Amino acid sequence: MKFTALIERDLRLAYRRRGELATPVIFFVIVTALFPLALNPDPALLRTLAPGVIWVAALLAVLIGQDSLFKTDYEDGSLELMLLSPITLEWIVLLRVFTHWLVTGLPLVILSLLIALLLDYPMQAVGALILSLFLGTPILSFLGAVGASLTVGLRRGVMLLPILVLPLTVPVLIFGAAAAGRAAVGDPVAAPLYFLGAMLMLAITLAPFAIAAGLRISLES
Amino acid sequence: MDHEDQLSVDNLSIWRGERCLCRDLSFRVSSGEALQVQGHNGAGKTTLIRVLTGLGRADAGEVRWRGQTLRRCADEYRGSLAYLGHNNGVKLGLSPRENIAVASALLAVPITSNVDAVLEKVGLRTHADLPCGMLSMGQRRRTALARLLLANVRLWFLDEPLASLDVAGVTLLTGMLKTHLTGGGIVVFATHQTMDLAPCPVKTVMLETSA
Repeated sequence: MKFTALIERDLRLAYRRRGELATPVIFFVIVTALFPLALNPDPALLRTLAPGVIWVAALLAVLIGQDSLFKTDYEDGSLELMLLSPITLEWIVLLRVFTHWLVTGLPLVILSLLIALLLDYPMQAVGALILSLFLGTPILSFLGAVGASLTVGLRRGVMLLPILVLPLTVPVLIFGAAAAGRAAVGDPVAAPLYFLGAMLMLAITLAPFAIAAGLRISLES
Repeated sequence: MDHEDQLSVDNLSIWRGERCLCRDLSFRVSSGEALQVQGHNGAGKTTLIRVLTGLGRADAGEVRWRGQTLRRCADEYRGSLAYLGHNNGVKLGLSPRENIAVASALLAVPITSNVDAVLEKVGLRTHADLPCGMLSMGQRRRTALARLLLANVRLWFLDEPLASLDVAGVTLLTGMLKTHLTGGGIVVFATHQTMDLAPCPVKTVMLETSA
């Protein structure tokens, strides 16, 4: 019951500042829409680029959204209460990252349908694309949260976060884009999707410990 | 003696950068006692209170609760303390009632039906369902004070608890502290104003600024 109260809190707050949360989603749509403008709008070219473009844009959008994850809680003192709560901090951050993904990551996954259409990504492969993002974006959320936990106390943390986290996201990008790319040409996609699934399990089980440790360090002084 | 509610500090030293905030500080606070941390601005009152809650880290010395070091009894310790810092820990996007629900969840106490009684007590009954962002600073502070009444924890840490409270608010808080102390609780607080907690015993610890 205490966990549902915490999820409810995050969802309610998210709803009340939904404009702010829409930023990463709008960023995702605009960035992907820029590619046909900058490149040759030839459908065959766009089709080849689509998996990579969608995945890179989704990755950046998720990381941008992660900066706000602990910021307001840090500024208004709520984070101190979470650290002082008898509930294990790892549980609290797991829920926090999950609800944050629900409101920032999940809309991206759904909107990628629209972007796939825009970039002439083959419609019979769209299931694999969605699935790869569905498995991949939560991993990015967890990685971003590790960065956010370490940069929350810094005034200039906004740019530091992507620099810290981007190198760690490379495996997710490789397997995610591979799954989407293979599906587009009709190749089997099970292998990269299994890899994404395995990484997601690792992220869910290990990242909360890293995030909790990061928050404890950030709030120490 | 060891099982009694007692916060004991032995030879505590805290450094922040090149500055020594306290050196070899030792004191005991037992059930029913209050401890006032004194010192002028920048003397390290907030830092000391944060170290006592376990949020901050000391460079030397030990803080013990019921005879055990904080590292040994971290979970139990967090379950027996309430903290009110400079920041209220109140979400401005949520109403006092919703904030109290969140606070109960974080304190791991059931959201009891007495939320209304608690709101009444801190004087927020009529504003219970407005977002805290629309309330005054004093009313936000009162929302934070409500947290202290939710759980029956032994240790209260209050950092400048009187900030932005009006006269009625000060009376309210003083009353809350006295009730807590006579009930066998412990209060550690830092304030620049005078707070009359008589007849409850108040110890003081003075932080000197040293080079």
